[in-house]
Amino acid sequence: MADQVLTANRLSDGKVVFFDPDGGWSERIARARVVAKADGKALIAEAASSTGEVVDPYLIDVDSVAEAEPAGPVPSPVPRRYRERIRAFGPSIHPQFAK
Amino acid sequence: MYRYDEFDHAFVAQRVNQFREQTARRLSGALSEDEFKPHRLMNGLYLQLHAYMLRVAIPYGTLSSRQMRKLAHIARAYDRGYGHFTTRQNIQYNWPALKDVPDILMELAKVEMHAIQTSGNCIRNVTADPFAGVAADEIEDPRIYAEIIRQWSSLHPEFSFLPRKFKIAVTGAAEDRAAIAFHDIGLQLVRADDGAVGFAVLVGGGQGRTPMIAKTIRPFLPKAHLLSYLEAILRVYNLLGRRDNLFKARIKILVHEVGTEAFTAMVEEEWAHLAGGPVELPEGELERIVAYFRPPAYERLPADSPALDVQVRADPAFAAWVRANLVAHKQPGYAIVNLSLKAEGEPPGDATAEQMDAVANLADRYSLGEIRVTHEQNLVLPNVKAGELYALWQSLVPLGLATANIGHVTDIIACPGLDYCSLANARSIPIAQAITRRFNDLARIHDLAELRIKISGCINACGHHHVGHIGILGVDKKGEEFYQITLGGDATQTAAIGSIIGPAFSSDQVVDAVEILVNTYVGVRAPGERFLDTYRRLGAAPFKESLYAAH
Amino acid sequence: MPLIRNGAIAADDWIALADEAPVPQGRPVIVSLARWQAERAALLGGGASLGVRLASYEPAAALADDVGLLALIAIAFPTFRDGRGFSLARLLRERYGFSGELRAVGNVFRDQFLFMHRCGFDAYEVADRTEAEAFSAALASFSVFYQRTGDGRTPARALRQLRRAAE
Repeated sequence: MADQVLTANRLSDGKVVFFDPDGGWSERIARARVVAKADGKALIAEAASSTGEVVDPYLIDVDSVAEAEPAGPVPSPVPRRYRERIRAFGPSIHPQFAK
Repeated sequence: MYRYDEFDHAFVAQRVNQFREQTARRLSGALSEDEFKPHRLMNGLYLQLHAYMLRVAIPYGTLSSRQMRKLAHIARAYDRGYGHFTTRQNIQYNWPALKDVPDILMELAKVEMHAIQTSGNCIRNVTADPFAGVAADEIEDPRIYAEIIRQWSSLHPEFSFLPRKFKIAVTGAAEDRAAIAFHDIGLQLVRADDGAVGFAVLVGGGQGRTPMIAKTIRPFLPKAHLLSYLEAILRVYNLLGRRDNLFKARIKILVHEVGTEAFTAMVEEEWAHLAGGPVELPEGELERIVAYFRPPAYERLPADSPALDVQVRADPAFAAWVRANLVAHKQPGYAIVNLSLKAEGEPPGDATAEQMDAVANLADRYSLGEIRVTHEQNLVLPNVKAGELYALWQSLVPLGLATANIGHVTDIIACPGLDYCSLANARSIPIAQAITRRFNDLARIHDLAELRIKISGCINACGHHHVGHIGILGVDKKGEEFYQITLGGDATQTAAIGSIIGPAFSSDQVVDAVEILVNTYVGVRAPGERFLDTYRRLGAAPFKESLYAAH
Repeated sequence: MPLIRNGAIAADDWIALADEAPVPQGRPVIVSLARWQAERAALLGGGASLGVRLASYEPAAALADDVGLLALIAIAFPTFRDGRGFSLARLLRERYGFSGELRAVGNVFRDQFLFMHRCGFDAYEVADRTEAEAFSAALASFSVFYQRTGDGRTPARALRQLRRAAE
């Protein structure tokens, strides 16, 4: 079973954002709040009060990159669907726009 | 070209104010996204994969240098320094912020531009032959009528909530360079036996999920009745077009389901009430618009240019460009020059702000200040003197705008695809880039002659793959990008929809597959035969064999 | 639901009658097209003002012969996407000469007021007062129109003609 993150586009500028542990919306998926699939709906409910600043929030399936060394960096979620990876990391043809 | 008068200026200014107010209500939360979306779309603003996307109208693909400079400025000031020219002669910006869009529209209004009705279920940008007004084979400039239709269709109170989008194209020559057979309404200027000029009216063409070739419902419509006849067609469509199924809502489905004869009868019955009535364009207004499209003050030049012949003989690279990118101009001593936006490895149809500014300057210097955008995602300088071609070409080379491939294998149409578009199933631009890298030898490109490849990232067919000589459709097979190949499509007056050749190819295989098809053609072609002609003569068999025999 | 009539919020004396409901005596009623076609004579015999409600998929021609008998025609907009009512309105006004109250009902939003007005509507049933209060501003949002309809506004082309004639 995949984990999930909640993603949307920011209303004011259209940027792809992810619901983060502080209850806000972060531009980088590395900062996204990851939940088990069973908790996806609850995550949407939790984000409800801050959805005024975003458009069309939806859940996506992610895998967490393999655990790093105990002292190393926090693992970052990677979307399972190729479309969502492009959306999270940037257009494949314009590496200069990588997120 | 058309210039706004006080009424046109007031209209776009009022539209900008209206959208500014609607945007403010959205940003404050007074409007929900559902309520805002139709207004956003009717002002050309999509929400795409990475950001908003703004589609700016370039009416019938005609731009002044001043307008091109403004497009460059918008790319720099509000976006990421580039824009994308589309298969409907518009330009798209991929990264504008919603809060900036009212200001962008205000800046556009200053140079007589807008983004009105470039999306939504309304009448879209009216497109035309990119060589209108200068082509040697033209009966009359179709842009006159495209402008008339543009005004008539702008915020038309009856037709702003159609069952689906509505696209109209106009052409002025027998050779169809505007793909009118694949539009909801296609209009072709024709001359009757008595010499009168009117329109052949075609209805119900389109691509997407159910590609169809338009049917001629009226072979000759007098010019004076253009607007009443269009109003009749639109009213029949507005009332009877399907609204129960998004994928069956285009007029092509209505024509198909009721039958061409019955549909024509309905239009003619409605038209009987409207013909000669208040909707028709008054003579004076037609004359006013015609005046804007009078030919510029051309110099009187000889038809031949010995200097040009010398330059062509002396420089093979220049010669190749002359051969591929120039088109005969109606005025002796002038040429229509295609600027390829299909350089090796570049996203097809993209131009940087620097390139746009440079094209504006070149237009001022060499083309009487005018530029065109083609539906094949290239640009045109329509008025270049033969004696200045060499100097122009030399300026284009360092700009990356001199690729000598117009209409050839690397002049590929590609939609933005999965890299940018939320509707896509697969990426299209990397495939186009890979093909241009595979076929990067100029001699080979020219040997292959006219070969039109078109790539769409999904069934919506914005890359026009159905009408490619070789069409490529991106599909999703179990999460992987696969590409289905079609052969034999044709967007011109010999209109045809391509046929699927066999099972789809992976992204690793598809470029090889294209090369096999090309090599097959070379092996069996008759002298002077294009790929499309060889396919029409021999059918799919030899191509299927080479492509699938190895598996 | 607030009603806008002649540019202002107005009281609505009309009763929208369900098909099975009895006709109240002496009250202006709006009936469905089907009921009008089935009970025409009886309804006319009642003596009160009559109105018919057209669904967006029903033809304007169905009322072509009756425009002189009706004080009101209501046209439904089931969703804002459904633009059939605009054509129905123009046909009723411009083709069949209806001169009574032409009312837009259903999903009616401020950003459609001007389009509706230009197509011949003169009354609008809206969801709430804020939409109603936006009516005048909505009608004033444009002063330039490219198309001639039956609304009496002078389109740009005619203004241009007048200007040419004056020169």
